[in-house]
Amino acid sequence: MPPARTRQPFHLGAHAVRTTNSAFSDPEICSALLRRIHAELNAPMRFMELCGTHTAVVYRDGLHSLLPETLTHISGPGCPVCVTHDREIAACLESAGKDGVITACFGDMMRIPGPGGMTLGKAGAAGAEVKVVYSPLDALRLAEAHPDRTVVFLGVGFETTAPATAATVLRAAAQGVDNFALFSMHKRIPPALEALLAEEAGGGIDAFLLPGHVSVVIGTAPYRFIAEKYGRPGVVGGFEPADILLALLCLIRMRRAGRAEVLNCYGRAVDAGGNARARALIDAVFEPADALWRGLGCIPRSGLVLRGEYERFDARARLVPDLPDVPENPACRCGDVLRGRIAPRNCPLFGKQCSPANPTGPCMVSTEGSCAAAFRYDA
Amino acid sequence: MEHGRVLLDHGSGGEASQRLIRELFLSRFSGPSQPALDDAALLDEIRGPLAFSTDGYIIDPVECPGGDIGSLAVHGTVNDVAMLGAVPLYLSCAFILEEGLPLPLLTRLAQSMADAAAAAGVRIVTGDTKVAPRGAADKIFITSAGIGRVIAEPAPSGSRAAPGDAVLLSGCVGDHGLAITARRGGLSGLEGIRSDSAPLNRMVEALVRDVGDLHVLRDPTRGGLAATLNEIARQSGIVCRVRETDIPVRDTVAAGCAVLGLDPLYLANEGKLVCVLPRHKADTALSVMRLFPEGRDAACIGEIAAPGADGKAGQVVLRTRLGGYRLLGMPEGEQLPRIC
Repeated sequence: MPPARTRQPFHLGAHAVRTTNSAFSDPEICSALLRRIHAELNAPMRFMELCGTHTAVVYRDGLHSLLPETLTHISGPGCPVCVTHDREIAACLESAGKDGVITACFGDMMRIPGPGGMTLGKAGAAGAEVKVVYSPLDALRLAEAHPDRTVVFLGVGFETTAPATAATVLRAAAQGVDNFALFSMHKRIPPALEALLAEEAGGGIDAFLLPGHVSVVIGTAPYRFIAEKYGRPGVVGGFEPADILLALLCLIRMRRAGRAEVLNCYGRAVDAGGNARARALIDAVFEPADALWRGLGCIPRSGLVLRGEYERFDARARLVPDLPDVPENPACRCGDVLRGRIAPRNCPLFGKQCSPANPTGPCMVSTEGSCAAAFRYDA
Repeated sequence: MEHGRVLLDHGSGGEASQRLIRELFLSRFSGPSQPALDDAALLDEIRGPLAFSTDGYIIDPVECPGGDIGSLAVHGTVNDVAMLGAVPLYLSCAFILEEGLPLPLLTRLAQSMADAAAAAGVRIVTGDTKVAPRGAADKIFITSAGIGRVIAEPAPSGSRAAPGDAVLLSGCVGDHGLAITARRGGLSGLEGIRSDSAPLNRMVEALVRDVGDLHVLRDPTRGGLAATLNEIARQSGIVCRVRETDIPVRDTVAAGCAVLGLDPLYLANEGKLVCVLPRHKADTALSVMRLFPEGRDAACIGEIAAPGADGKAGQVVLRTRLGGYRLLGMPEGEQLPRIC
């Protein structure tokens, strides 16, 4: 039998191959796409992406240095950490400080600054029990292992992460793990998009690179209003550089032709109808509710809260029934950054009071946050 | 000693301490000429400048594929000494043991240290053992120190990178950090990823003797390759330019990192070095590195440039796989697995 062949699209050093370097990150394919983008962009265009992974890829692959200067990248409210509201963070901290509580959260949450610069990481150092988990099911296992404690899972993220949280709540209910509790800060992307577009002049956004991960779950129909109501083109894009460049080229072409449609350029993962099973999980456990977004305020029906039959798992109701009032820091311009009104560098705190070492706003925390990415990657 | 657990008595200085030291450590560490159980080790005369380094080891889990806290405590300090262009000779080691630590585990770790020292050609000549009450320490903490004879003249330093130098890397990055993360998180599918923990002193000795003029030697441990390159750029006040496609990363590590949202350039390594030296010596240095198993994947990953339009002093500029440019920044803290 011949030895298995390793696919090696281009040279990467003597003995190492990155499997993530598929055709979708092939430099020649990407160069060809870049040439088309340069040739076909005939007017300045401001595009917004709403996914932390898109933000990270655009910066990590140095696309800013390769794309035309007249194509402006806006990193919208697509990083779960960035959109977490001050008051939600304050409530998480309050809950984490209660007797008998173990807080389980994803790693990104540890450094989000709350009132007085407190973070979950600092709360952990001060004696609260805070554990980083990789999946909500890890939090459920933690609850099973500590029946005398309340294990609070901080549920953040969009339609992408909500199904796994929902499945965990269902399992907790089935197994009677009543010391498991969910602090749901899950949010829905389409209402946030609508809130941005409803602003004057559609928020100054010409086109949307739509989030691939979210679209795997919700499909493409929920975005139709972008084109039909607001006349903006939108393209669902994947996460390799060629995926992003292809999506941008489609946006440029639609804009040039005066067409506004929602297209799917990530067909290898996204079905137009989405994932019905994942949506059924969300619908079984959650219902839409008004939610607070960092920098964007309260957006109607943009959050996911537990349905009545799962209320006993609601950490918010159990531990922090009223979100604490938190005075906003008027100097922090995270909201304007998320709306694309200013570039991260134009926030007066950027790189001064606010840096990854000492973040003022959540956009500076996660590696996928607009400000953190700009600080870290842009020369 | 093959059974049971560490007791507070083992740190008392009495008979129990003596037994532990003699049966578990001395039997493995001491050489034929080593007078045992004196308060200090008497070393032979060493001529020339000395390199001296110390490091503390706290690792969870204490054992992972490819290494354990014992072998790391030897390799880490041996490598730190070697990075001064030195031949490591002697090590000390101090143990803080948690009450209740299983003795079979301690025996395995002591044997691993002895094996690592023997393989590196260094001797563990002095040590200490203390026992902390249960909960006051996490299983085992080790502090080791090492002395070596500097054979490079002048000694390499992070401040000596100069425009025109080449930047070499001795092998694939990210293995150790990902192996630890995978083990810590109990992540399935990543069991095959092993720590790269290895002594680098023989490779360094060959580089000093057969190539020479090594401007910088650094082992990219915590903070990974990115932190090390930033330290060099800042200390030398130059721009470090590296090419992403030339940085060797094992495919399994790249895939594991992609799943976890980690960047291999920021993950710790325990058996790799960065070598900065004049460009005309790069090919010879690479051939020397590749003679060693731990240098098999050695590659030239970039060069040192004077500050200018393409970068400020202290910056590391990465040419991406697509030919774009971006900063390779200093890491802030520990990399945290992301949300989705």
